[in-house]
Amino acid sequence: MAHDWSDPSGLWGLVGEFEKPEDLMKAAEAAKHKGFRKMDAYSPFPIHGLSEAIGFRDNRVPWTVFIFGLIGVTCGYSLEYYTAVIDYPMNVGGRPLNSVPAFIPVAYEATILCAAFSAAIGMFVYNKLPKPYHPIFNAKNFERATQDRFFLAVEAEDPVYDAKVIEKVMKDNGAVEVSECDY
Amino acid sequence: MAKVQDRKLNDLLITGDQTYTSIDSSVDRLILNQKLHGKGWNILFLIGISLTGLLGVSIFWLLYQGIGIWGNNVPSAWGFDIINFVWWIGIGHAGTLISAILLLMRQQWRNSINRFAEAMTIFAVMCAGLYPILHTGRPWNAYWLFPYPNILAMWPQFRSPLMWDVAAVSTYFSVSAVFWFVGLIPDFATLRDKSTNKYGKVIFGTLAMGWRGSNQHWHRYEQMYLLLAGLSTPLVLSVHSIVSFDFAISIVPGWNVTVFPPYFVAGAVFAGFAMVMTWGLPLRKFYNLKHLITDRHIDWMCKITLATGLIVFYGYLLEIFYSWYSGNFYEFKLLMKTRFTGIYAPMYWLLIFCNGIAPQIFWVPKYRRHEPTIIVVCFLISVGMWLERFVIIPMSLTNNYLPSSDKPYYPSFWDVAMFTGTIGLFITLMMLFIRFLPVINIFEVKDLFYKMGGKKEIVEEVGANS
Repeated sequence: MAHDWSDPSGLWGLVGEFEKPEDLMKAAEAAKHKGFRKMDAYSPFPIHGLSEAIGFRDNRVPWTVFIFGLIGVTCGYSLEYYTAVIDYPMNVGGRPLNSVPAFIPVAYEATILCAAFSAAIGMFVYNKLPKPYHPIFNAKNFERATQDRFFLAVEAEDPVYDAKVIEKVMKDNGAVEVSECDY
Repeated sequence: MAKVQDRKLNDLLITGDQTYTSIDSSVDRLILNQKLHGKGWNILFLIGISLTGLLGVSIFWLLYQGIGIWGNNVPSAWGFDIINFVWWIGIGHAGTLISAILLLMRQQWRNSINRFAEAMTIFAVMCAGLYPILHTGRPWNAYWLFPYPNILAMWPQFRSPLMWDVAAVSTYFSVSAVFWFVGLIPDFATLRDKSTNKYGKVIFGTLAMGWRGSNQHWHRYEQMYLLLAGLSTPLVLSVHSIVSFDFAISIVPGWNVTVFPPYFVAGAVFAGFAMVMTWGLPLRKFYNLKHLITDRHIDWMCKITLATGLIVFYGYLLEIFYSWYSGNFYEFKLLMKTRFTGIYAPMYWLLIFCNGIAPQIFWVPKYRRHEPTIIVVCFLISVGMWLERFVIIPMSLTNNYLPSSDKPYYPSFWDVAMFTGTIGLFITLMMLFIRFLPVINIFEVKDLFYKMGGKKEIVEEVGANS
């Protein structure tokens, strides 16, 4: 359900602030058990196991890299084959026109180049970045999410959204502050 | 035994009573508090920018006069340009090694040194890249190196190692720059949230691209970062292997050897770590970063330098061995008449001293923590690695199969001016980097700090493979 941007004052969700990553992890796990799905955690550094706690899984980046690696090697080698065998065949020291060993380095670099760029670009695309505005930036104290605090947010769009239940889950697991966040 | 020694060493990777906030501020104060940069910064920047001016003048004169102003000539068609190209690109390799290979091996101590090592990589590759482009003589036509459809219906010759070089170095630069930039994004977000100044907020806010530290973002970010590391590792090995193919594929005495690729890669890492320490030691001293770049980091970097130095030294010994064992008269003549004796012999022996003998001092644990010794040894290594390329290039070219090759090579004034100029460019870029970008990867150090949990046991687990 998309947000109606003509209403600038809607409720986006409930945000809990934590001091420790362990608390955030516990809270996320508990919230998942309560059935909340539209939620996300925010932290200054990656926390291992948090994706599992929230129930998030996505392997599109590795697959993209794999596919673009294949595209890279195909394009790199095809270019060499086309230029050296088809378009401008030239005898260099009696080597075969399709000099496989000599063609490996360039095809190899093409693979790495394509794969590496697809990794970075893929990350941006799937993360929907750059994105200058996001409602979470309105959350109280949120500038500390890139410094020393850990946040858990459950969006109001969640089908089973219930502010009281969420607040209790967060508080029980050590949230120092729970506040509403608007668009 | 190891335990006792570890006690003597300041063995935490992050020392002192730190919090997430204190780690943040110890790095970002370099950017947010511009008054911190005093006279030292100004002087070094001034030196750097003046030498960059010299580089500009040399390039202008080169373009006006042609490459005749260099000492290159037949038989030594490759001179300072290729020596410096290989030297610079080698220096860059430590950055990728630290950021990629050590990441894959889960050596988390890299977290506090990878950022400026990566910056060094990029700046060194920029300096390196200038040389082959200018050596083409008509750099405005350098795009001819790339395959594009043209009215001559000609294509680059992909069987040539020089074309491999173009592919390898341009890929290396692009991938390193991407790796560096994506590594900076979470730190840009921290700086955006911490800066109080309007310009800081706008600039870092733009660069951070709306990064909000979401778990979903981190999830994909980590996948990407690991993949980039996995791709950069074979890349960095391939780059210097390909650079060594420029030599090894030919039949010139002293070049046509299979040991060249591993020996070049080890030499690159060796030179790179020396340069990382040359910058790292003053950096941590003058900007009070000793709690993040600790004596343990320095100790381990010295060990890597020693290990790669031994590989390089083995390469020198092998060169002596095969020139005899190959039974090739010209190989042996090169060794006896040009390396061991002759006008360039002092450079060969200085090379053996700088790269073979000097680093051996790192066997003694005490000197792996003694800063003046480390700086001197690192400086000798940088000189030594430059001499290694001198030994390889002009010495082989001036001692070849034909008597007509017996003509010595001397650099001209402009060779030296341009080399000094690239050093100036490197200093300038590094100084700007120290002032305007986070020199230490903030989020990775916080991650390390979290994993250590302030306890010693986990520290040992983190550095278990040391």
